[in-house]
Amino acid sequence: MSRLPFYAIVGLLLIAGIAMSVHRHLQFEIPWLPGEQRQVWEVEAMINFNAQDGPVEVDFSLPSHQQGFRVLTENTASSGYGLAYHADEFGRRAQWTIREAAGSQQLYYSAQILVSPEAQMTSQTAPELPPETPWERPYDTAATEVIEQAWARSADNATFARELIRDVNGDRQGENARLLLTQFESTELLVRLLNQAGVKARAISGLMLEDGRRRQTLSNWIQVFSDNEDQWWLFHPKSGEQGKPENLLLWETGGQAILEVQGGTNSRVTFSMLTHSQPASAAVRNHLSDDTLLNFSIHSLPLEEQALFQTILLIPIGALMVVLLRVLVGIKTSGTFMPVLIALAFIQTSLSTGLVGFLLVVSVGLVIRNYLSYLNLLLVARVSAVIITVIAIISVFSVLAYRVGLNAGLTITFFPMIILAWTIERMSILWEEEGPKEVLMQGGGSLATAVLAFLAMNNPVVRHITFNFLGVQFILMALILILGNYTGYRLLELRRFKPITDDEPKP
Amino acid sequence: MSWWKQWTWPSRLRSKGIIGMNRRNIRYIGRYNDRRLYPLVDDKLKTKLLAQSHGITTPALIGTVETQFGVKHIGNILKGHQGFVIKPAKGSGGKGILVIEQVSDANDFIKPSGVRLSLTDVERHVSNILSGLYSLGGSPDVAVIETLINFDESLMAYTYEGVPDIRVIIFNGYPVMAMMRLSTAASDGKANLHQGAVGVGLDMASGCALRGVQFDRPCTHHPDTGHDLASLVVPQWETLLNLAASCYEMTGLGYLGTDMVLDRQHGPMLLELNARPGLAIQMTNGEGLRRRLDLIERQPSGVSPEKRVAFAQYHFARRSELLDSTDTPPASA
Repeated sequence: MSRLPFYAIVGLLLIAGIAMSVHRHLQFEIPWLPGEQRQVWEVEAMINFNAQDGPVEVDFSLPSHQQGFRVLTENTASSGYGLAYHADEFGRRAQWTIREAAGSQQLYYSAQILVSPEAQMTSQTAPELPPETPWERPYDTAATEVIEQAWARSADNATFARELIRDVNGDRQGENARLLLTQFESTELLVRLLNQAGVKARAISGLMLEDGRRRQTLSNWIQVFSDNEDQWWLFHPKSGEQGKPENLLLWETGGQAILEVQGGTNSRVTFSMLTHSQPASAAVRNHLSDDTLLNFSIHSLPLEEQALFQTILLIPIGALMVVLLRVLVGIKTSGTFMPVLIALAFIQTSLSTGLVGFLLVVSVGLVIRNYLSYLNLLLVARVSAVIITVIAIISVFSVLAYRVGLNAGLTITFFPMIILAWTIERMSILWEEEGPKEVLMQGGGSLATAVLAFLAMNNPVVRHITFNFLGVQFILMALILILGNYTGYRLLELRRFKPITDDEPKP
Repeated sequence: MSWWKQWTWPSRLRSKGIIGMNRRNIRYIGRYNDRRLYPLVDDKLKTKLLAQSHGITTPALIGTVETQFGVKHIGNILKGHQGFVIKPAKGSGGKGILVIEQVSDANDFIKPSGVRLSLTDVERHVSNILSGLYSLGGSPDVAVIETLINFDESLMAYTYEGVPDIRVIIFNGYPVMAMMRLSTAASDGKANLHQGAVGVGLDMASGCALRGVQFDRPCTHHPDTGHDLASLVVPQWETLLNLAASCYEMTGLGYLGTDMVLDRQHGPMLLELNARPGLAIQMTNGEGLRRRLDLIERQPSGVSPEKRVAFAQYHFARRSELLDSTDTPPASA
């Protein structure tokens, strides 16, 4: 049996992988290491609506240069639609139009946004105070009282806004505020109260930038101007916190609607985003190179798919860790690739929360599974019962964590439930057949493998390389093939077979 | 630095000819065992029928139960049999094996431990086997009922509760290495080494004990009966080796673990086969498999079982370490 084809395949994979990586490095100036980089956000907005068999006009607000961010390029995808950009003092907007459209429609807008601390916002024009609309009874007295109380406790427009938000939404929420909130949405109410007190303010929308997020929506913020209109502050309408978070991209700053659709129903817009690093020069020059065949980059995919791929491309790293630990070290795990899936969950939850959550779910699951074994069920039914149990445990822990105020506890829902159910089933059988010691050994081995896989997959350098160099996947494949051919001893066998080497005098 | 003493160097293992898990999987199981042949050994009923057609002695088959409907007729099948064993065809590691030593006049089934079972209990056990409670992955299974083994009295003193079995590794039809597994109180009457059974390495030439191992550490006496392991000799050794060696022709598997027992009347019998035999046999023999396997790989094929056994008995002969540990003769010629 010749091993030649095997080594030929491994060699080809290595050459292809290295060549592709080097090509990408030279051609696109993508550095090997993530250091000294400019961070670029790719933000994609997907507009969905149902057209009603007639002309459609879609008006969508667009982000502009602002403090901390610079808009590099923007693209749209909207087959058959006419498109126009226009800008006025309230911001930029895109307008899509079509004569005839029916059924579900999707329009895409994507922008590359460079994180640049020195970027400044173009000066903002304060909105005119709207003509006063009279309140209905009994809301008029409630509104006046809320305003008076906050006014008395404040010194200027900013502190007034802060006090007002606390009175309406915060811990000082009074009877008047609750009455008003029954009738008005809180952001709208706050702006109206501010305006009534003669403070220029408006509701604006922003996007919290978080890597790899999909199906996000805009959040509301309140912009409050000083009396002479040369200064403004941003407030979170719920918490009353002042100032713009660093990762907040202001999307609509004119107090206008974000999306207006004429001739369509059920319109909504969702955002996906992704960050990647580019060398400073490339980011500014912003090559949008044409898609040749050699440009084998997932960066040509829509953003939503790219965000998915960022995780998918890390799985081979996890698999490599499992192969290393099993073939070279000899660690026993429960379920071969279960640790990789757990490690993926750890990426979402953070390590400590993930570990606590995993141990909680599995130990409670084992206790309940232990009872199920008395019922003497068939395997499939039993595992299904365990799946439901796991979901119940996760729900209970999420609610408990939320009640106690641990928001981190909510991330427990990222655990792969079916995998957890199988883990519990396998460990329970192991407990019955081999005793708790073996359960601890295999459970500990699985957890150790998961943690190591997590550390490898969460490493910024590894993330950078796997996402930016697809050729690395070929190299990983070659490495795994080589490891699959390893006939030497495992590390733990050096301990297992030690007694054999004891009885002979040393050579 | 005491933890360091628990470890050894790869070079020392290599010089001893120890085979690791990776090497076993790639070099021997992967190369010599055709996946297609696995069902022959993974299903005990198939193994048994195959063995019968090849004239290899196995415990006599009383009957099988294949459907839940058939469970009701188990009373008829068992009528007139004093001792029997019910086992799942696809079970592993001794799971789901029910041993009935005696049937009392009141139609009570008595286990070796003295526990009495009613016919309903036995029926429930068979029903559990059929629903896959003991089979790998929970797939539906068949219950096999066979006669009880009356194991050889000369071995009685070396075991606690369970039946001692003899594992012989067969490589390309040549017996390579053998050990006897003695159940202990720690192993709960089961002959599984990792559960605490004593493994005794056997000399290929004579069937005499070479050395004893419990929990991977050397021992010289059975921990429960206190009997000296050095005096252990397997009777009818050559017959046993011939029986084991002929399993190669029977299955076609190149790297095979055969589990044998010694019956009082019928002599050596084949209990079951294993296409992925473990590596603990190296510990019980205090020697690696590597040199023996290398030697056999150089032998021509098409040699008769008797000649292969004679070859193994000549080349793999050793002296017991339990009697005298001053000098060790070379393991292979």
